[in-house]
Amino acid sequence: MSKLTSAWAIGLLAAVSLTAPASFADTPKDTLVVATTIDDIVSLDPAEAFEFSGGDLLQNTYDHLVEFDPMDLSAGYQPGLATSWTVSEDGKTFTLTMREGVKFQSGNPFTAEDAEFSLRRAVLLEKTPSFILTQFGFTKDNIEQTIKATDAKTLVITTDKKYAQSFVLNCMSATIGSIVDKKTALEHEKDGDMGYEWLKTNTAGTGAYSLKTWKPNESYVLEANAEYWRATPAMKRVFVRHIAESASQRLLLEKGDIDVARNLTPEDIAAVAANGDLRVDEDLRGRIVYMSLNQKKAPLNDPKVIEAFKWAIDYKGMTETILRGQYTVHEAFLPLTYLGELKDKPYTLDIAKAKALLAEAGHADDVAVKINVRNEPSYMAMAQAIQGTLTEAGIKVELTPMTGKQSLGEYRAREHDIYLGAWGPDYPDPHTNADTFAHNPNNSDEAKLTGKLAWRNAWDIPEMTKETEAAVQEADRDKRAEMYRAIQKEHQMTSPFVVMFQKIEQTGLRKNVENLVTGSAISSVYYWTVTK
Amino acid sequence: MSLTGSRFSGRGAWLPSRTGLLKGGRVVATLAATLLGLLLITFLIGRVMPIDPVLAVVGERATNEVYEATRKAMGLDQPLIIQFFTYIREVVTGNFGTSLLTSRPVIQDIARVFPATLELATVATMIGVALGIPAGVLAAVHQGRWPDHFVRLIGLFGYSMPIFWLGLVGLLVFYGKLDWVAGPGRLDVFFEDVVPQVTGVILIDSLLAGDLEVFTNALSHIILPASVLGYYSLAYISRMTRSFMLEQLAQEYITTARVKGLSETRVIWGHALGNVMVPLITVIALSYANLLEGSVLTEIVFAWPGIGFYITNALLSADMNAVLGGTVMVGIVFIGLNLLSDLLYRVFDPRAG
Repeated sequence: MSKLTSAWAIGLLAAVSLTAPASFADTPKDTLVVATTIDDIVSLDPAEAFEFSGGDLLQNTYDHLVEFDPMDLSAGYQPGLATSWTVSEDGKTFTLTMREGVKFQSGNPFTAEDAEFSLRRAVLLEKTPSFILTQFGFTKDNIEQTIKATDAKTLVITTDKKYAQSFVLNCMSATIGSIVDKKTALEHEKDGDMGYEWLKTNTAGTGAYSLKTWKPNESYVLEANAEYWRATPAMKRVFVRHIAESASQRLLLEKGDIDVARNLTPEDIAAVAANGDLRVDEDLRGRIVYMSLNQKKAPLNDPKVIEAFKWAIDYKGMTETILRGQYTVHEAFLPLTYLGELKDKPYTLDIAKAKALLAEAGHADDVAVKINVRNEPSYMAMAQAIQGTLTEAGIKVELTPMTGKQSLGEYRAREHDIYLGAWGPDYPDPHTNADTFAHNPNNSDEAKLTGKLAWRNAWDIPEMTKETEAAVQEADRDKRAEMYRAIQKEHQMTSPFVVMFQKIEQTGLRKNVENLVTGSAISSVYYWTVTK
Repeated sequence: MSLTGSRFSGRGAWLPSRTGLLKGGRVVATLAATLLGLLLITFLIGRVMPIDPVLAVVGERATNEVYEATRKAMGLDQPLIIQFFTYIREVVTGNFGTSLLTSRPVIQDIARVFPATLELATVATMIGVALGIPAGVLAAVHQGRWPDHFVRLIGLFGYSMPIFWLGLVGLLVFYGKLDWVAGPGRLDVFFEDVVPQVTGVILIDSLLAGDLEVFTNALSHIILPASVLGYYSLAYISRMTRSFMLEQLAQEYITTARVKGLSETRVIWGHALGNVMVPLITVIALSYANLLEGSVLTEIVFAWPGIGFYITNALLSADMNAVLGGTVMVGIVFIGLNLLSDLLYRVFDPRAG
């Protein structure tokens, strides 16, 4: 026995000494290591990708005709792969001049033909984000006339009617407006798919980085494009690792094994903020958290009952407790920093007022509702807090926790009572949210306008629909902003949407990491600006 | 599906036939029937779940036109039975379909994630066996005294502690504070893709490539999650060893051996443990098979890209091709280990022949 015990002891000692990690004090100066979650990436094809993590990856591997300046996002769109543009008098034809001397990661030169190919394929492939382009009247049948490269330097885009110039160009800066290397895509074409199958797992852009490896749910590696036209990226390689657990991210950050941790809980954020080697950056993102009442379900369609719900939410209390540092109170459907943002917060917690409104409506104690909520900690915490205050106001609430996909199915079928969820803008123009929150041209079940939240909640708004349509065509920027503010004010008063919060992203970083831009409300993360 | 716990009681579960062909045929038929049943059940569960697989692909914003087109492209407009047979037909030709979430063939995904789980489960089982069996023997020999209480306490702790918590505390202490092991992940990022992938098991691939630096790094990453899982396995194995040993130590042949003047070491480690090995094989195989299913929580804490996380993620997103492919893989592992334990059983127990 004693011999055996000694053998074990020696074995264990050997194992421990053998496994002592070859640890790095810090990651190398020209390398960025990021911990985040990437399990939402479904496709890397810009014509299809529509998830947050996919947006981050593509932002760094592709460019657009117009770009934002990451160091001054509020300045709005700037020349990108298009250096200038003119708009015809009728406001329908955009003539864009392409930048010269830009090369794709393959080495192929960028021309207007690539831009034409990229926008056309996004329409032809008919994937989910294609509506961002087809809303300008581009169809399979007219695409050859409406998106056309007239020579290597010129792209002409013709819309079906007049839209605000900013609206059209803002949409071009969305992921779907990414410019793909036509030659490379066609080299990998299968059965006329314009390279779709290949581009789902590969990239072919002019961006600051090229994708070296992608292991789904595990990691991806970006390698700098030394000849990038905007700047030479200081970070030669970017490693992005999927680490779901906040505590694991924090430990890795504290030890210097990663430079950036993007999914930290408030507790871990507090610990990171208190650590002298680390720093916390905050960025206001575009995600809006709201609760909506299905107008097919009485008495949820009673204006007084709707208003009662708005007074029975502890907006401030939640942001000071369960959502501390993660969300800020925001009660309008356009995220702050968007054109036409509305800062008014007309509602606060007032149980007496909510009770009075319910009594006036004749529903003092007979409102019983089910709230569908995603079975995720932050949503469940919100739902429970909401349940508490609604109960105080005399509303009986049953929470139905569901997976994200499950709750969406019921929501899109207009079968819910109340839905508690979030909405993120699709492109950096106010129309993106106005179109879903305040536009419903046909409220019938048959219309199946499942992409619109107003339709999902069966909210019939012919007047507001017209106002939204007018705003998207207004050429004058200030006037347009004013129109959106007016729509939002009315929306706050009359809609069955209880808009509650806007997302704040808190990122933990090593102190030496500078200029990491996570994209604010209008964009995604930029790595080429980072220095260490 | 589970391994048959009654295997060590032995008789008649799989009668040896006279011809190897017949035997082989039976094995294949059993395998096929089990897998078919497994696929059918998983398929049905997947289809009755209140999750819409189309939404997993098209996302929340999709218009109804995009939604319908995708639904059709996925074959979900067909009756359930047709969908199932279409799937089986594809599987028979070796095509498990493409994962909705990763846009890659499921078979490729499994070839990537399963070796990660295999590596972790194997090291964990080695730890569990290497420590669990001696601990169980020690406890049985010293029944009712402090070594026994100690081993039982350790076992009880291993059984009761949530593995998620154990993993986090382990990381905090051994990685965060003591710096004895590396952090989450299979390798430091700088070592990724340094050695060519042959088996997918980094410990083996790095040795094949003769790259000791990668091997050491991989070992420093695996030791903690494997120890956490191994601890759990140790708790089970030591408890079962103790109980089997107590049974054996009360047998007459042990008394005879002692009377014959054999040393206590030989009596315990030779005679008693030798007889305990037969039922222990099943226990170890069971524990190993459970680990091979993937331990989702451990995989999350240690950012270990294994099959547990793959299947769970797929299931929550209604990625049925991935779920079915993963389930078949786990099924094959269970059946394979079942056969292996049968085989070993015959080796250790000549009566079973």
